[in-house]
Formats: sequence, C-alpha cells, structure tokens
Amino acid sequence: MDTLAAPLTIAFDYTRSLGPVLGRFMAGLRDHRVLGSRTADGRVHVPPLEFDPDTLAPLTDLVEVSPTGTVVTWAWVDQPLEGQPLDHPFAWALIRLDGADTPMLHAVDTGTEDKIKIGLRVRIRWSPSPTGHIRDIACFEPGTAPERTGHEIGDAVTIMTTPIRLHYTHTTSVEEDRYLRALAEGRIVGQRCPACCKVYVPPRVCPADGVAPGEVVEVTDKGTVTTFCVVNVPFAGQRLTPPYVVAQVLLDGADIPIPHLILGVPSDQVRMGLRVSAVWRDRADWSTTPENIDHFEPNGEPDAPYESYAEHQ
Amino acid sequence: MSDIAVIGFARSPRSEALVEVFDEVLSSAGLGRREIDFWCSGSSDYLAGRAFSFVSAVDAIGAVPPISESHVEMDAAWALYEAYVKILAGEAETALVYGFGKGSAGDLNRVLALQTDPYTVAPLWPDAISLATLQARLMSAELRPSEQNLGTDGASAVVLAAGDRATRNRDRPAWITGIAHRVDPPGLGERDLTTAPSATGAAADAGLTPDVEVAALHTPFAHQQLLLRRALGLGDDVRYLPDTGNAMFSGGLARIGAAAEEIMSGRARTAVAHATSGPLLQQNLVCTLGGTR
Repeated sequence: MDTLAAPLTIAFDYTRSLGPVLGRFMAGLRDHRVLGSRTADGRVHVPPLEFDPDTLAPLTDLVEVSPTGTVVTWAWVDQPLEGQPLDHPFAWALIRLDGADTPMLHAVDTGTEDKIKIGLRVRIRWSPSPTGHIRDIACFEPGTAPERTGHEIGDAVTIMTTPIRLHYTHTTSVEEDRYLRALAEGRIVGQRCPACCKVYVPPRVCPADGVAPGEVVEVTDKGTVTTFCVVNVPFAGQRLTPPYVVAQVLLDGADIPIPHLILGVPSDQVRMGLRVSAVWRDRADWSTTPENIDHFEPNGEPDAPYESYAEHQ
Repeated sequence: MSDIAVIGFARSPRSEALVEVFDEVLSSAGLGRREIDFWCSGSSDYLAGRAFSFVSAVDAIGAVPPISESHVEMDAAWALYEAYVKILAGEAETALVYGFGKGSAGDLNRVLALQTDPYTVAPLWPDAISLATLQARLMSAELRPSEQNLGTDGASAVVLAAGDRATRNRDRPAWITGIAHRVDPPGLGERDLTTAPSATGAAADAGLTPDVEVAALHTPFAHQQLLLRRALGLGDDVRYLPDTGNAMFSGGLARIGAAAEEIMSGRARTAVAHATSGPLLQQNLVCTLGGTR
C-alpha cells in the first residue's frame, strides 16, 4: 500500500533591490532600450556586469546596444512550462545583440522548429505593459529592428518583483502514514525507540539514538501542560482572536509533548501541570490530519506534580 | 599539515534512507556514531519543498546530546570540502559527510531554474533540459539531453579521518592528495559553454596529472563527459568509472566515494573524483586520491 501523499504549491513574490547597474538596465528595458556594461578590456556585456571580473572595479560605464541580434545556440521547447515567456512552442536561445560581446538568454518565437537556426537574425518583441523587469522583453522574433526605437531612459528601477510558484507532492514515511491513518479513526499512536525505549508522538527517528522507531504504542488523548505561552500578537492568517494559549501537552504514555491550543479556560488560569483532554471535532469531519483534534481543555483532574514532567522542560 | 583520508562510503537510491546509509558507512569505516567529531551535509529546501529540511535529517544522526554539525546548499562534495578543512584546522579528527535529495518531490526541470541568475534569467523559468541542450548544440554533440539525466533521488555518505586515525581500522585508506573547487561566472553568456575553466583551474590546484589511473566524473548530462575530460586534461588511458546517475545533492559526493573505493579495495593506486553543482558545470570540485600518504 502506498503511503499518504498530498499536493503542495508554494508561491512567493520575491522582491529584489536593484543596484545602480541593473536598476538602469531594467529602466532601459522599460523604455525599450538595451544597455550593457563595458569592462576594462573593452568588451560589452549584456546583461551588464556590476563589477569588472579582471580589475574588480565597479562598472558604471553603460553603453547602448541594438535590440537586434544573432542566435548563437538554441533549444526547441514543444511543451512550454508554467512561467516561461510563451505559451506555445518556442526556442530558447543565446542571442548576441549587435554591439554586445556576450550573448543573453531569452525565448525566440519562430512558430515552428524548422525556422530557428544558428545565425538567425532576431529582434526584441517588447511587452505591451513594461514594468522595469527582464520580462519587458516579451521574447525575440525573426527580423531586424529600426535603428532607434526607444524613449529617453527615465529613473532607474529600484525594486523588481518576481513571482515564484513551485508544485510538490509530499509523501509521508511509513511511520507518518500510520500516525495519520490512526488519527482518522480517532486514535493517537506513537512509536517506541528500540534503544532508549522512549515513545515519540508523532513517531520519528530518535534524535538521541539515531535509530528508526520500533514498537507501535497507542497513547491516550489526555495529558499534562508542560509549558505554554499566551499569544497576544495578531498575525496574518490567525484563526483565533488573541489572547489565547498555545501549550506543549505531554500525552499520557508519550515521552515527548505535542503543541496544541488550550481553550475553555481563561488564559490567565493556564498553568504548568494543568491536566487537559482533547476536544475532537465532529466525527463526520475527521480525516488523516492532526486537525481532527480541535483543541485541548481542562478535564478537572488535579494538577500533575512537577516531577512527573520535569524531564520535558 | 595533517594527512586526511576517506575510510568509508555508502549510498542509497532513496533520499529518506539516511539511517541505513549512516549504519552502512560507519560500519565500513569501523567507527561508532559517537566517534564522529564533525557532521556535514549537502541538500536543498527547494527540492524538498520544506523549509529547513536538513534539520529533520539531523535526527538520523542522533543529535542529543549536541553534536558539531554544518550544512551547505550545494552537492555534498562541498560539504566534504568543509569537513576536510575542519580536520586540517585541527578541530576534528573524524568527520561524516552526507548528501541527500528527493528530486522526484517537485518538477525538477522547473525547480532547477531557480539556481540561475535571479535578476535576468530565473524570471524566464528556463528549464534544465533546454539549458543543457543549448550547451550540447554548441559542442555539436549528437547526444540530446533528456529527462532521464535530469536528476534522481538518492543519499550518500563518506567518512573522513586524519592521520593514524585513518589507518587504525583500514588497511588501505584513500588518502586525499589534493582537493580544490572553483566557480565560473553565473551569467550563461559570460563564459564559453564548451569549456569549464573552473574545472581546469580546480584540477591544477588539486595537482591532478594525466597519468591518474581511475576517474569518477560527475556529469549530469552525457555531452558533459567529453567536455569535462578535456577540461581536466584526461585521456583515453584513464579508466572511467561508470556513470551512476545524477542523484540530487549527493551525486558528486558519491563520485568521491566511488573513486575512494577503488583505492580502498586495492584496484587502483591513484584516482580522481570530480563533482559539479549549479547550471551547466558552473561550479566544479576536483579531489585526487592515492594509496600512500
């Protein structure tokens, strides 16, 4: 049987500060002009380098090159991937712009593979909505551009934003799988380290002994608060209104506490040693997730003596 | 200066198999877990899609009470370099170096775009296969890069030991006779992609000579094998170890382990291992090994 797996998409808009060189390069693209930097040996680099690799001097001498260039090498893409410049088949290419000594990477829209070749003359197709970003070059296309197409270059761009979106399939280990499937039945299972005999919930490699977990042990849904904090600070995505309590709960039969919410009691009455029980969501809503337990709340038992959880501080 | 040798090697096609890989490499080195002075790993959160993914791997070490540990976001061959320097500095006598990566958790062809220049290249999402094709075409290579070469799941581990410590449990430690790494410019148009100047420079720094008996080269794509042999100045007299695939973040370390095994088994007196990281052989490490100190 396959272990549980679930899709996960991670997305983040990276904002990057641009220095004086790339800031002017991106401003140039916004205004339909391409700037390169000239190193001490006289070579013009596009995209521009910020420092001379030989003299190590900062490069501030930016020179304009042509929006027309020549394909140096290429790779055909039959099925474009998410985020790439074109959503129909195209060629990646290294393109040396006229006036530049180094080629740059971009997409070339030739329609079909038989039209792309080394030596092909191509020109920039500008994005209709420039923002001061490498994507202001929508792609390249066969042909040559008129000599002068751009406007006066305005202020340097200071920040560029690049959205990053990645997709994963998270697959659980055999131990995690067993733990999550038990939760779907309203049970909490841990596993005992074969070396030190401690019971880990959820099951994991024993960090003291570095050995795989052994005997499967069912623990109760009652436990002791070993330590806690009162959350007073609001944050994005918060589901409860502060103040509320997050505690470490040492379940009876386990040797490591789990973090959870303590509700049903004013936050100023939560204390170390408080005995609590799990409050499960409606059985109809259970699935293979720790969220089946909504929170813990005091169960009326006398406080546990400090010695019983002192090892877990 | 201390002599340092490889005294153990293990690998697995499963990135999650660290506990087993540690057991195997320690037993091959004849050391117990608590006899390792320094632990160093190579991996990447971008592969796993989890923040600080290397921290959970530390569990497999048995890190309570605390251990001395470090991590690089590169192929674990560079973690080996860090461990080598740590031993040279006299801060450790033994080290266990490991790498792991689960290339299959995400779309590797896209994920690898994020190791390119973040201003002018990564926002275009160039896929790794296409970048390799650009390089292959410049070399007029017949071999078309394919999805199979892209990267696999895996884990590997190597044990290092200094001086007499290395000979205590091993008749034939694989002594590191030279090790160096270099980086070429990140701009794809800033270097001749049919060469690898950083590999050539690292080979010179490591003291590699063309009469080496055995070579284990880390070439994610087939056309890079020829490029690299040229860059390292190696000819047809060298016995090249078979390609064992590009296990993400552990493939380079595994080349060092494979070359060391040739020495430890007595099949060769001298060997060279190469590891690469980054796009299109941008970063290169060369490690020469010998049977005598």
